Amino acid sequence: MAHFTKANSVYEWLDQRLALDKLWKVLAAEYWIPKNINFLWAMGVVLMTMFTILLISGIFLLMYYKPDTKLAFDSVNYTIMQEVWFGWLWRHMHAVAASVVFLVIYIHMFTGIYYASYKRGREMIWISGMLLFVTFSAEAFSGYMLPWGQMSYWAAQVITNLFGGIPFIGDDLVVWIRGNFYVSDPTLTRFFMLHVLLMPLIIMAIIGLHFYTLRIPHVNNQDGEEIDFDAEAEKYKAGLKKESKVIPFWPVFLSKDFFVLGVFMIFYFYLVFYHYDFAMDPINFDPANPMKTPPHIYPEWYFLWSYEVLRGFFFNVGPLSAMDMGLIAFGIANVIFFFLPWFDKNDEVAPASRRGGFKVWFWLLVIDMIVLTIWGKLPPTGFNAYIGYVAAVGFLALWAALPAVTARKTGLLWFVILVTLALYVAGYMEYTKALGNGFLIVSLFVIFYLLFFLNPVMVRNRGGAR
Amino acid sequence: MNKELKILAIIIVLVGITYWGIEPYAHSKMHPHHEPATFKYEDLKAPNLKGDPKKGAQAIMNNGCTGCHSIKAAGIPAPMDPVSASASYGVNPPDLSNIAAVTDEKFLAAFIKHPVHAFKLDHKYKNKAFPMPDFFGSDQDLADIVAYLKSIAKPQTPKGAFEVACGRCHNLKYDGWTVIGEKPKFKNDVEKADFELKLAKYEANLKKYLGTTPPDLSMYIRSRGHEYIRDFVEDPQKILHGTAMPRVGLTEEATMKVIEHLEKVGDRKKEKRNKLGIWVLGYFVIFAILAYLWKQKIWRELH
Repeated sequence: MAHFTKANSVYEWLDQRLALDKLWKVLAAEYWIPKNINFLWAMGVVLMTMFTILLISGIFLLMYYKPDTKLAFDSVNYTIMQEVWFGWLWRHMHAVAASVVFLVIYIHMFTGIYYASYKRGREMIWISGMLLFVTFSAEAFSGYMLPWGQMSYWAAQVITNLFGGIPFIGDDLVVWIRGNFYVSDPTLTRFFMLHVLLMPLIIMAIIGLHFYTLRIPHVNNQDGEEIDFDAEAEKYKAGLKKESKVIPFWPVFLSKDFFVLGVFMIFYFYLVFYHYDFAMDPINFDPANPMKTPPHIYPEWYFLWSYEVLRGFFFNVGPLSAMDMGLIAFGIANVIFFFLPWFDKNDEVAPASRRGGFKVWFWLLVIDMIVLTIWGKLPPTGFNAYIGYVAAVGFLALWAALPAVTARKTGLLWFVILVTLALYVAGYMEYTKALGNGFLIVSLFVIFYLLFFLNPVMVRNRGGAR
Repeated sequence: MNKELKILAIIIVLVGITYWGIEPYAHSKMHPHHEPATFKYEDLKAPNLKGDPKKGAQAIMNNGCTGCHSIKAAGIPAPMDPVSASASYGVNPPDLSNIAAVTDEKFLAAFIKHPVHAFKLDHKYKNKAFPMPDFFGSDQDLADIVAYLKSIAKPQTPKGAFEVACGRCHNLKYDGWTVIGEKPKFKNDVEKADFELKLAKYEANLKKYLGTTPPDLSMYIRSRGHEYIRDFVEDPQKILHGTAMPRVGLTEEATMKVIEHLEKVGDRKKEKRNKLGIWVLGYFVIFAILAYLWKQKIWRELH
């Protein structure tokens, strides 16, 4: 039992009961961050701010939104946008934040990859972060359905249909997800529930987990240097601020974050007021019409790269149908980032610029994902389909090559490259219609997928490549 | 600091390339380019005669126009209510009072002479009759009728232009407009049900006539945008080949009025948005400057 004395102030009274002093130290004043960082380290706070904006604006929208196929479109586009006091502002803030939050997530993710902040004790940070990426994706997908516009409907139709590709249970699963044989009122109501209740609850829990995972390994720094946080913190507390390699979360780290946040908010509110149409596709201002298929169906921009991995496989190969190969590749693309700490076979924590082959790998991945994103939106006809194929196979090939790259197994790396090139040639021959569904290309695909799944398991070189 | 700017530059370039690819570039590939509207209606011939409004008033009676059309400005009532008219003709024939205020003069003459051709709906009426017959009178009569219609037409507000030009086929529910007119305030449920029944009957006739229900235009300013609406109105077939929508021959001025009205209905908060935006951006500019100064003060002790 703690000892309680008569308090001289409200704060003291509360402090005795809630240990506010200690809590503040643990959470902020003595939560230590490396000093050697750049503005990319502010993305976490930017994301937290965006999530808060989404939550608050979402609550306001929730007061007027009607999850019913007959009412949804007008409740958004008339009631909220025209009748409710500042409803248009909440809606624009919500829609634009939902889009730019993914931009920041991608920057945050690729910062983690660039500085190797996913290994040597930081695996759980990476995994909880990837869980947030997946749950944010589900949140975005369910939210996009709610205005019940043309693309809300047709994107939902196409994406829920993908689950039909799962063996044995696929068809039943699609009906179970939709609550009907096609996307309709029960689908809207359940995605509404997911969007406003279940997914936000899960996301908030995982945000808590994500913060918690940072406590023990601490945040990485620009040089991947291993810091003795206790010793450096003592230095800082003793007043040796210049010598210490760490800074407290409050006020030092946050003072920089606030500046970055301020600049980001200028960009964000510029979009909200003057360029919201990038986040609100014009076609979704047509009410959903199950009888009228739009000429181009595409997901929101942040899903385009994985959508293009799915679409990239556009020709059948012997017994393998284009759809099946695409679905397998799509499935891989959606989970593969989780396994990054185990595909990277080198224990060294350093920025990509100092990691030789990994540097090349990193920038190739960035370029490949930008190509996938752009070609995921372009109509998949003619030469575009072939570029999609090259980029989709390239995405898988990059991951298949990662263990060889990081373990510096040059022979194995060449093998991956050769198989990939052979697949490109086969794809080109298919494109020019010279090659049918040959035995050769089937074996190539088999070898390719075997490489993909076996490489990280077979290559053992953790920490030996320094 | 230099390093941070370098990182920022790389991010801006990569995001910029991605943005360019998925927005302007992709949209230019998805929506094929078309020539902007000129509103010249060059394929139509003008009678090139000077019309006399007085003779035109007589010619309108002689040629039986008022058998189907009302001219409220001249005290000539509609022979049928809108629903019965739509049952006979597919769509309610327009009142002629203000038709010349929104349509191009040359178009109007060409339309009266040969409606299907001016409408660009030859592909639809190869084997069936268009509700409005061709005009078999003299070119002088035609010029007189056009002169008469011009003499009675009053300048239109944006809302008026929409109603004359689009309002018999398109609802505009966010403005309370229906294809049978302004939605009235109902005193009781019977009146409401009665109105809705009429509307449903009219819409059913319209669908039979056109083969499809013309869309409600409330959100068209957002889903299509100014340019598309302008070019589409001038010549629907050019942009949506085979569409049931006729070319209605609006003048450029009337088209702009229609667009203005659609913007007022579909994007009512535009002005508020533009005004408030400056204040919010200003707030964050000041916020960023203060935050920067604070950061400098704190970090000065660290290096």
